[in-house]
Amino acid sequence: MGFVSSDQQQLLSKIATSNGHGEDSPYFDGWKAYDSNPFHLTNNPHGVIQMGLAENLLCVDLIQEWVAKNPRASICTAEGVKQFKDVALFQDYHGLPEFRNAVAKFMQKVRGDRVTFDPDRIVMAGGATGAHELIAFCLADPGDAFLVPTPYYPGFDRDLRWRTGAQLIPVHCRSSNNFRITKTALEAAYQEAQEAKIRIKGLLITNPSNPLGTILDRDTLKTLVTFINEKSIHLVCDEIYAATVFHQPNFISISEIVEEEKECNRDLIHIIYSLSKDFGFPGFRVGIVYSYNDAIVNIARKMSSFGLVSTQTQTLIASLLLDEKFVDKFIIENRDRLGTRHLDFTCTLKQVGIRCLKSNAGLFCWMDLRPLLGERTFEAEMTLWHVIIEKVKLNVSPGSSFHCSEPGWFRVCFANMDDETLKVALTRIVTFVLQHKEIEAVSKKKHCWRQSNLQLPLPSRRNTVMAPHMMSPHSPIPQSPLVSAKN
Amino acid sequence: MKLLSSKATCNSHGQDSSYFLGWQEYEKNPYHEVDNPTGIIQMGLAENQLSFHVLESWLAENPDAAGFKRNGESIFRELALFQDYHGLPAFKNALVDFMAEIRDNRVSFDPNKLVLTAGATSANETLMFCLAEPGCAFLLPAPYYPGFDRDLKWRTGVEIVPIHCSSSNNFQITESNLNKAYDEAQRRNLKVKGILVTNPSNPLGTTLSRDELDLLITFITTKGIHLISDEIYSGTVFASPRFISVMEALMENKHKKNNVWKQVHIVYSLSKDLGLPGFRVGAIYSNNEDVVAAATKMSSFGLVSSQTQHLLSVMLADKKFTKVYILENKKRLKKRHEMLVAGLKDAGINCLKSNAGLFCWVDMRHMLTSKTFEAEVDLWKKVLFQVGLNVSAGSSCHCTEPGWFRFCFANMSQETLDLSIHRMKAFVDSYKINTRRPKRNSARRTLSQWVFRLSLQDRKHEER
Repeated sequence: MGFVSSDQQQLLSKIATSNGHGEDSPYFDGWKAYDSNPFHLTNNPHGVIQMGLAENLLCVDLIQEWVAKNPRASICTAEGVKQFKDVALFQDYHGLPEFRNAVAKFMQKVRGDRVTFDPDRIVMAGGATGAHELIAFCLADPGDAFLVPTPYYPGFDRDLRWRTGAQLIPVHCRSSNNFRITKTALEAAYQEAQEAKIRIKGLLITNPSNPLGTILDRDTLKTLVTFINEKSIHLVCDEIYAATVFHQPNFISISEIVEEEKECNRDLIHIIYSLSKDFGFPGFRVGIVYSYNDAIVNIARKMSSFGLVSTQTQTLIASLLLDEKFVDKFIIENRDRLGTRHLDFTCTLKQVGIRCLKSNAGLFCWMDLRPLLGERTFEAEMTLWHVIIEKVKLNVSPGSSFHCSEPGWFRVCFANMDDETLKVALTRIVTFVLQHKEIEAVSKKKHCWRQSNLQLPLPSRRNTVMAPHMMSPHSPIPQSPLVSAKN
Repeated sequence: MKLLSSKATCNSHGQDSSYFLGWQEYEKNPYHEVDNPTGIIQMGLAENQLSFHVLESWLAENPDAAGFKRNGESIFRELALFQDYHGLPAFKNALVDFMAEIRDNRVSFDPNKLVLTAGATSANETLMFCLAEPGCAFLLPAPYYPGFDRDLKWRTGVEIVPIHCSSSNNFQITESNLNKAYDEAQRRNLKVKGILVTNPSNPLGTTLSRDELDLLITFITTKGIHLISDEIYSGTVFASPRFISVMEALMENKHKKNNVWKQVHIVYSLSKDLGLPGFRVGAIYSNNEDVVAAATKMSSFGLVSSQTQHLLSVMLADKKFTKVYILENKKRLKKRHEMLVAGLKDAGINCLKSNAGLFCWVDMRHMLTSKTFEAEVDLWKKVLFQVGLNVSAGSSCHCTEPGWFRFCFANMSQETLDLSIHRMKAFVDSYKINTRRPKRNSARRTLSQWVFRLSLQDRKHEER
């Protein structure tokens, strides 16, 4: 955006001239590096591969096929044009009834029909981005805060705070217990806010988690519900990745806990949903606020005027989601393909000693690169990250941009590319890791040799690194970027 | 501790106003030619249904645009993934061309200065977030669109201070009423950040004169404030004087010298001109790159569906279509306008002389029992419940003079408009009779208007 002159600063509001949009975070820097040099298998094979964007491209062929076979779903085709006028005119913020019914049904299916959703509680928003901002406007006044377990999606800083004036207080989760949310951590964060005289209005969780890719177990969910009931604060559950759970254990939605725990105050529970991840439709801007609180449903609906879903899109989505045969097939296929991708990715990394947090959901892995850090600091994390972007040419997301309290973790997305691109990406990671190990081994040896004053020939880098099954036959051996980083 | 935010519990959403209450009554008892011929006719919704046949023909001839295809190839994946808040370039290019065409190509627009938003509702709110904060105010000529109370004030905390316009000069903006509004804002300790005008006007249906535009530009230059011109009805100007966009007025030499370009912004939408409110297509146009940058980021909260962007990019790039559409639309609007004005005139009701919009600003002051807003509400209720027309009371548009009503004419078939006029005539006739008769007790007054009319037909002949 550039420097804003002081004249302009007066002409624009504080919100407009602040950096509350969050785009100065490294999360977006990597994207900029990608935008200026994007990878393409044939046109730009040395470009930056985008692994910082949590998109789901794995089942787009299924949907494309469905769209081609269902011209009536589009109000603009000869088969569907009879509905054109009515749909084009419909601007009621309740949304098309068939759209709400379809979304409610789909949400039920994804949860194994263990719960029911009331279509009248479904409120539209401009994507999950719009939905988060909307719920924040409904629940919090400027200065009020939400507790958020770390690490969390960087976009929350903008979505929940920028124009609302609300704050986010981190609930620190640690790798020592696989980043589980504990009652201790919750209480600590709450206490800290109290002491700072900050009013907590709610707790925001993402389940399945972004960036961890894990799901919350029943005990944790019950702990959260007990906690918010005790404190009389809201629980906002972002379940945007609900249909990306590809392995056991099964996903448990907050909606199941609500139906089980009769003591729970339902007025405090709200779910955020979207089709951007489960279906891979971020362009269609389908965001949903589902609240068990009647007053919130009522007011959120009025506010949804600022970000309604295009009725053309509502119509398409309604048709798609009401095709049960298709939906059943899609859910299974989506899970299978994600599971396969996840396995390929994590296994390859394991072979070179890179561990990912054990996960069973999401479109990404939470990669542990702490062994590659020079020192366990965030500066070292940033250095490593710059090396990965600039030299290894992968846009991954550093843990610090997710407010992780421990340096060395990175989120790597795996569902937003085809198989060939994934192979190239994995090759690059493997090469990089092996070269790093090589250098570490050499450094250690050098250190020992210096100490013992012996001179021995260095082992050939080529022999250890050039394992055929790991290297692409097309890529030249790159000089290890860590050489330049460390010197 | 209260569970909900102040914004959630206040009534700044504005839906307690009669503007929305009328809609609710309509929803309970909507007119239908066959199923409910005595139901309430919706004349409170400024929708444009007159030119759908032109859109539908185009769709029939252009199947690719609808089916996620370009040159026969599927682009579904590309569109489904496209969430870039800069918008689809093809769509923005087509949209700026369309905006220029509506202005007879007297001005041209740069697609890089255009920000797409989810409807004009979102565009107006976004501009408020960019230009003002709680404690600030925008001046708006009154009467104005009731939705502004929600769009400009609710979540932003910005205040609206009306510029009171008077029927004595056909509700034109004058230097005097501008200054009065500015002073009033100061008196209320509000920092004036700008003026927002709707041109063509809702609810008046008039276009701003060059003098008014010059006055506004001079005023904002002097005060160092913004001017937002909501030009959502720019494609509905069906008679002279021709439409002059604020961008055209800015091109005048005297304004060029003052470098006031960075303080002027346009809001647009396809909801009125193209009749597509369901598609949520809005836009902000600004020469101020910082505003464009900030608004672009904010548009994340309400982007236009890529599916819709694609369809409209193809449609609006078809110049043959846009030319035909713009002409046909104006022709039909003009005809409807004439029909309503003539019909009401027959009933002794005058409308403000207007040349644009989807409605008339109707003068029913002579039918008020007293020059008060209470009397206006009484009359409005009669029109709603007895006549069966949902029209918008001037007070809901913040008009300072009681007795004015907005009647929409483009959201129904010709037959339905005819019936509305017929009902109004019948109402006026019986109203005249009622007001001439000596006062009766209220029980008598509650008898159906239709019964009175039937029994008094002979007498009417005698009175003529």
